[in-house]
Amino acid sequence: MNPRLPNSFRSGPDERGHFGNFGGRFVAETLMPLILDLEKAYAVAKADPAFHAEMNGYLKDYVGRPSPLYLAERLTEHLGGAKIYLKREELNHTGSHKVNNVLGQIMVARRMGKKRIIAETGAGQHGVATATLCARFGLECVVYMGAVDVARQAPNVFRMEMLGAKVVPVQSGTRTLKDAMNEALRDWVTNVHNTFYCIGTVAGPHPYPMMVRDFQSVIGEETRKQMQEAEGRLPDSLIACIGGGSNAMGLFHPFLDDPSVEIFGVEAAGHGLTQLHAASIAGGRPGVLHGNRTYLLMDDDGQIQDAHSISAGLDYPGIGPEHSWLHETGRVTYLSATDDEALAAFMLLSRLEGIPPALESAHAIAKVAELAPKRSKDHLMVVNLSGRGDKDIPQITEILKGRKQ
Amino acid sequence: MTTRIDARFADLAKEGRSALVTFLMAGDPDPATSLNIIKALPKAGADIIEIGMPFTDPMADGPSIQAAGLRALKGGMTLRKTLEMVRGFRKEDDSTPLVLMGYYNPIYIYGVDKFLTDAKVAGVDGLIIVDLPPEEDDELCIPALKAGLNFIRLATPTTDDKRLPAVLANTSGFVYYVSITGITGAAAADSKAVGDAVARIKRHTKLPVCVGFGIRTPQAARAIAEKANGAVVGTALVDALRDSLDTQGRATTKTVAAVADLVGSLAQGVRGAKQAAE
Ligand SMILES: Cc1ncc(COP(=O)(O)O)c(C=O)c1O
Repeated sequence: MNPRLPNSFRSGPDERGHFGNFGGRFVAETLMPLILDLEKAYAVAKADPAFHAEMNGYLKDYVGRPSPLYLAERLTEHLGGAKIYLKREELNHTGSHKVNNVLGQIMVARRMGKKRIIAETGAGQHGVATATLCARFGLECVVYMGAVDVARQAPNVFRMEMLGAKVVPVQSGTRTLKDAMNEALRDWVTNVHNTFYCIGTVAGPHPYPMMVRDFQSVIGEETRKQMQEAEGRLPDSLIACIGGGSNAMGLFHPFLDDPSVEIFGVEAAGHGLTQLHAASIAGGRPGVLHGNRTYLLMDDDGQIQDAHSISAGLDYPGIGPEHSWLHETGRVTYLSATDDEALAAFMLLSRLEGIPPALESAHAIAKVAELAPKRSKDHLMVVNLSGRGDKDIPQITEILKGRKQ
Repeated sequence: MTTRIDARFADLAKEGRSALVTFLMAGDPDPATSLNIIKALPKAGADIIEIGMPFTDPMADGPSIQAAGLRALKGGMTLRKTLEMVRGFRKEDDSTPLVLMGYYNPIYIYGVDKFLTDAKVAGVDGLIIVDLPPEEDDELCIPALKAGLNFIRLATPTTDDKRLPAVLANTSGFVYYVSITGITGAAAADSKAVGDAVARIKRHTKLPVCVGFGIRTPQAARAIAEKANGAVVGTALVDALRDSLDTQGRATTKTVAAVADLVGSLAQGVRGAKQAAE
């Protein structure tokens, strides 16, 4: 396919939720009226200065924004090339970028009068952010989480429960993020009258991919300003990890129309691209799942395949539709990092900068380690540190123990 | 264009009764048993047969139908084999309407045009695709209508009067009213609410209205048949099939009969309805 290059990479989606051939609204009829309501409610909120004023207030005083843009001097020195900046989303309240989106959606839900919030979660970061804001605004919260992920991200499960959320371990299918999303959709179909589905990434039916992107774009907007202040110019490259792609889209979107900025998304290559992995663009093809058309891992019969990644937050066989479009137009380059590369990057950043990254974010760091040495010393590289590694420490301890034996 | 579905409803109208519509998953628990079950349905009393196309991620289905799909996939079922099964059925039965029900991705990957051609040739009469609302009609609905297949749409309690015309616009064959907001296998709606909903839909269309989700017993089928042009039973049949399997999930000598017997008693329920819907 050779799609014509658009005048702007920032104008999508169209009114039917399409980014080129991707996106759309592939949902059961039961949900369709609600999705149309949501689209309207969000359009009204987006145009309302009071909505933004309220949101900015919480972003500043509750989330703790702006998050710093930090020059990683020792990492830069170690890699010997590009000047590396970390966008410190891990310093947000709740420990990741997920809270930016949840705040926005909860405010929309409140405007729509919804009192019950459901969410799916992989690593548990989106679940924690949702449980947190539901506590803050006194809303009922139910979080669906694959049983496999409940086991490997235990600290976040305790945390959600402590915050008053009900965590439902999902036993169907592969018992990871995709199945959590199926189960959340089933809940939503059943409780459509009083329930708001707070989706954790730039996927799902229109308007979710657009709405989540808008709420996450604060990452890129701040980065633009902060880099201007630090270096007096735009960055030369951006790198972020991709599960569904929300932290990446948030960083990338404000820069899509700046051709001098090279942009890299990093998918999870698991055990390697010829084995079990979670890299939908590298190893998948376009199909329809969870409300949108996008790149998916599947077999020749159109059955969705199991994804694998060491990091629960990237263990998803799809990717947000806007990324599929940015891939086909060539605007963004999609790379992948294996489990082992991510583990090594986790250790590298911990030891050099004193910042243990989330295993998800470690995938982006792994590609920084590959790309930065090939760039000149005046090249400004920004990597999105989407979350902190605390939640992963039990899992990593187990893995390292296993390797010593 | 009249299809087998149109012809069947015309015949039933003459008989003055409603239809029993049965749902089972293609290839559950293996392709051969599944074909034998489908072949047994018309004689047992099914008026219209829905065949599920297995999919790994059935977002609108409850645990029973999810498990049926996984059994079928484990048994090697594919969309190509589902169409083969339809051809096998059509060798013996050229009048019972067959409707394929499922999710869009396997069709999209098979190729829409090739699928429609192959489905028509195999003897499929209609399609119910859960994740294709009218907003996505260009994908499959319009091409299916052009290919001479019925595209049967789901209407739900959330489909209000303002939205109904959009839902009905390209619907043909019949309208499938999902009586609850929820997934397959969930609790049933009461028949008074169903009656009101069917009357509401009938103010917008001349098409027959069949009602499904939550109908498990002959009594329930009968109550629905008094309010609608058809009662759809799925999960109860899938459960009867499952209960007949051995501990390894394989078919036994009881499997075909277990399904056929339940269809027989459901058919009696439907036929005992006091007054078929207009
Ligand atoms: C810290 C962190 N980064 C990244 C992701 C992946 O999601 P996304 O690609 O939507 O940013 C997750 C998801 O759980 C996460 O917790």
